[in-house]
Amino acid sequence: MQSVPDYIPRRYSEFVWSKHDPQLLLLFGGVLALLVVASAVGGILKRTAKTESARRVIDNLNARTRAWWKMSAIFALTLLVGKTGSLILFALLSFLALREYITLVPTRRGDHRTLFWTFFIITPLQYFLIAIDWYGFVAILIPAFAFVFIPARIALAGDTEHFLERAAKIQFGLMICAYCLSHAPALLILKIPNYEGHNSVLLLYLVLVDQMSDVLQYVWGKLLGQHKIAPNVSPNKTWEGFIGGVATATLLGAFLSWATPFTRWQSVGMSLAITLMGFLGGLVMSAIKRDAGVKDFGAVIEGHGGILDRIDSLCFAAPVFFHLVRYWFAR
Amino acid sequence: MSDKIHPLARIIAAFARGLSGVQIRWQGCAPEMRQRIYFANHTSHLDFVVLWSALPVELRARTRPVAAKDYWQAGFRAFLAQRVFRAVLVERGAAARVAHDEEHSHAAAFGVIEQLAEAMGERDSLIFFPEGTRGTGETVGEFKSGLYHLAKRRSDVELIPAYLENLNRILPKGEILPAPLLSTLTFGAPIQISDAENKHNFLERARAAVLVLRRKESE
Repeated sequence: MQSVPDYIPRRYSEFVWSKHDPQLLLLFGGVLALLVVASAVGGILKRTAKTESARRVIDNLNARTRAWWKMSAIFALTLLVGKTGSLILFALLSFLALREYITLVPTRRGDHRTLFWTFFIITPLQYFLIAIDWYGFVAILIPAFAFVFIPARIALAGDTEHFLERAAKIQFGLMICAYCLSHAPALLILKIPNYEGHNSVLLLYLVLVDQMSDVLQYVWGKLLGQHKIAPNVSPNKTWEGFIGGVATATLLGAFLSWATPFTRWQSVGMSLAITLMGFLGGLVMSAIKRDAGVKDFGAVIEGHGGILDRIDSLCFAAPVFFHLVRYWFAR
Repeated sequence: MSDKIHPLARIIAAFARGLSGVQIRWQGCAPEMRQRIYFANHTSHLDFVVLWSALPVELRARTRPVAAKDYWQAGFRAFLAQRVFRAVLVERGAAARVAHDEEHSHAAAFGVIEQLAEAMGERDSLIFFPEGTRGTGETVGEFKSGLYHLAKRRSDVELIPAYLENLNRILPKGEILPAPLLSTLTFGAPIQISDAENKHNFLERARAAVLVLRRKESE
């Protein structure tokens, strides 16, 4: 740990610098700078917008930026609080995402108690197991135990109509919203040689690259987007946005290698994996929304839609990134 | 009657708002400080609390639920209904028992309607579930005649239809533990009753005014 500069008041410095590495704080500084730039650019664009449709896009952009300020503040705060803070945040995100998902899925009266278990027992338990460092159980709770529990509980309730469909849909939601997402804060319990105590930087790296990839795909798509990738699934995803976003977010990841246990090129590979998985996550969740006949999963985040609309990419990127790190870097 | 809201009512309302994640849409009218009868579909114990908590605070103190006496008159339920939410407890099905005869039905319902009209007084609004009982949520049941008689008796107040979506999935009839999904509450445009309109017509029209607020059909 580096020594504390003299100009930082002592009591404050004890709190911040004793618990958090300079990398984390520097990355926060970077995010802050980005947000300031985004707000400034948004303000300028708002004045120059001429047509009605351009104004609508700019308003939505500015709404998104305002939401980014709030989301970044919440995420930074929970990271500073430590493992407990991050676990509570992600447990809450899982809960809210699952709620948005199940609301769209046509469950029946006979699924009621199963749903209670899903929300109030299985999802919290997943995060509790991370809190007590029991990785072996974290890995199998939902894919093995919940997987057999859910159809069994529905069968006990006695309603067989669309049985397989209902069991499968609930399990799918639990996998995406609770299991996959929980791999992000699970990074905090990996034991990485010569990187002890810095795991929260790794979580920040994942979220930063993943979310910046979303943002950059949106920006490149708006600037250059011409050729749609999957017009039936998501009319907003274009090859230009995809390639530009993945390339620039990967570049960002390469520059962030100093804060990670990765070399420059390893960081490129990791960022590429995160951005590609993130793209696929967005695509899959779009397909589900399209099938259910809705545009967004919810409306709680201004300009973005629901929680699940914001974290769909993270749900896919987190488990893959977690296991890449675990396989190659953890003890 | 005082304007004070029971502290437990505030707590229950906040809890119900959180649990139901309700999105409130004032589609055909705005929340206003005037006497109204809100009538909605009924599928869950949460219905009244969610509808009540969706109103601005100053309106809540002046809005009372109508509840069935046979269900809410004893023990803790009585405490909740009477003390906490100031419910107006009425005899259920008083009119239905003699429904084969229009004139007698009117007479039997008269007591209940008088009681409701009196409870409203000069300033209170009512929350009313004209189906009379909780349904499964797949459809909205036939409306009982109470709404018709009340509308005739108090033609000076606004009748506001409301549709509560998904509460049957959050806390269905017969369950005590909730599944915390998201719900929607939509308020529609006020409906009027005309002197010439017969009971059947009015009740069908009122039911249609609730049904039209279903999200799946309006979007």
